[in-house]
Amino acid sequence: MTPHIETFEFDEISEPKVAKAISHYPAGKQASAVKTLLDLAQRQVGRMTGISWLPQPALDCVARRLSIAPMRVYEIATFYTMFNLKPVGKYHLQVCTTTPCWLRGSDDVVAACKKISGIAEFGGSSADGLFTLSEVECMGACVAAPILQVNDDYYEDLDTAKTEALLEDLKAGKPQPPAGSLSGRPSSAPITGQTVLTDKAE
Amino acid sequence: MLKDSDRIYQNLYGQGDWRLAAARARGDWAGTADIIARGRDALVEEMKASGMRGRGGAGFPTGMKWSFMPKTSDGRPSYLVINADESEPGTCKDRDIIRNEPHKLIEGALIAGFSLGANTAYIYIRGEYYNEAVRLQAAIDEAYEAGLLGKNAAGSGWDFDLVLHRGAGAYICGEESALLESLEGKKGMPRLKPPFPAAMGLYGCPTTVNNVETIAGVPTIMRRGAAWFAGLGRPKNSGTKIFSISGHVNTPCNVEEELGVPLKDMIEKHAGGVRGGWDNLQAIIPGGASMPILNKAMADVQLMDFDSLAAVKSGMGSGAIIVMDKSVDVVKAIWRLSKFFKHESCGQCTPCREGTGWMMRQMDRIVRNKASLADIALLEQVTTQVAGHTICAFGEASSWPIQGLMRAFGPEVRARATDYVVPQAQAAE
Repeated sequence: MTPHIETFEFDEISEPKVAKAISHYPAGKQASAVKTLLDLAQRQVGRMTGISWLPQPALDCVARRLSIAPMRVYEIATFYTMFNLKPVGKYHLQVCTTTPCWLRGSDDVVAACKKISGIAEFGGSSADGLFTLSEVECMGACVAAPILQVNDDYYEDLDTAKTEALLEDLKAGKPQPPAGSLSGRPSSAPITGQTVLTDKAE
Repeated sequence: MLKDSDRIYQNLYGQGDWRLAAARARGDWAGTADIIARGRDALVEEMKASGMRGRGGAGFPTGMKWSFMPKTSDGRPSYLVINADESEPGTCKDRDIIRNEPHKLIEGALIAGFSLGANTAYIYIRGEYYNEAVRLQAAIDEAYEAGLLGKNAAGSGWDFDLVLHRGAGAYICGEESALLESLEGKKGMPRLKPPFPAAMGLYGCPTTVNNVETIAGVPTIMRRGAAWFAGLGRPKNSGTKIFSISGHVNTPCNVEEELGVPLKDMIEKHAGGVRGGWDNLQAIIPGGASMPILNKAMADVQLMDFDSLAAVKSGMGSGAIIVMDKSVDVVKAIWRLSKFFKHESCGQCTPCREGTGWMMRQMDRIVRNKASLADIALLEQVTTQVAGHTICAFGEASSWPIQGLMRAFGPEVRARATDYVVPQAQAAE
């Protein structure tokens, strides 16, 4: 499932963003842009192959572009969790199971992900290459728990049925729905309606 | 309880538009140049007088922190760095500011930047907040186009650049010196202090790191005055704060309230009460994962502010209230936090790197009823060897939840021990 990537250079879509990212930092401090460049590289590999990850040629390209030792880039790529050093599925399912999500039923979300994707354990990918399932720590949307992140988007206020329906749709080739609550909640106000800011004329 | 007119975040829920025009209609960017014209010293004094304490968790007085910055440059630039690496389990308040009130943050950055002598500020936002970063960048772009950022920002005579910097997944980067390391393009490993960031921060230059909610509150404080802010809340715990209420409540939510509000009132009024009623409450973590847990008797009477929570050896932290009803295995809930801390330890200091894993495994044994009373006592003792023995506060953050559990639920924990003997009086019942 993994196309072999022997060489990597930033393409015409990434390059302006690379240059802009580096311009944000003082002269000589271009290493500050390393996470941004790794993110751009990962997204470019995703555009090229359908799988967002960082093969070594991409890491080396970032090091060259920033004039820093490749080892410094490898350190960063292994320290931060959002860089995929192994290929992931088209949809990277990241379930938060930290206490606030666990209290609201993240075990059900995990079970639903495993059931629909056919993945047995965290870190695994489905045979069709569509899904990778990861356990992640708190995603910072706890009042909308439990949360499942699919690629860049958070899906909130989940339960078994909503998670299964979401993944069945992805499996059937439908596009990702808009990010946010799948219980129809427009914001982090109580689902029953705001208790404050109800009388603006006060 | 707070009046609607005293809420800083009138668009907390995104009922209105987040863009510049709507933000201006809500009062943002009104007379920003006049505020800056009051001068740097006046603004720092105003901040001190407001009693604002950092909203990121530590609660350090903001005005005092600002006053640590050098008044004149020795040739090095000064920086403002805004911590938007919201990762403390239970916390999701900054996310709403970023999504729905980005211009309060941007205007606050300008005013704070001027007050600190900084011509550049960086906002460090956690990488997972992708959509939030897109929104905030759009708001920053709008501000540049309108002349509110850049040269002579908002007509103030002060040049000010604001850069959004995305993280890439690491809880530790919420610690200010780890955040600075990460911003410099390194692994997020905390620095020894001193030197403090005000002396040597970003790129070795004077730097102040403030939380999103601290900075976003600045414009309103400057407009309405320190006395207004100081008049809300309780002495030394002034102002308003966004609380995130999660877990076993009927309607989890974010809400801005006055400091010092009773915990019970907050949960009943805004979060629809505890699932199954207040009597079904078992425990509450009042300030994000690292703050010690409260049992029901403590929660019954608890006020929500820095000093009231410190008085019961807990803390308000980031204002994240995690509610657990009686269905929860509270030991397992804390074990899961131990697992979180084990995962997020940066690995720099031995007590934390080794200790968090050991504490997690020991907690796991208690959960599975495989630990003896001696094991539990040993765990308690080891937490004291982790806390206070690390470069950053992660040692405390990972130890306090366990220490809090032992304080609030000691009998329940010991009853799980393999060699626990039911006391005679209890057995006779």
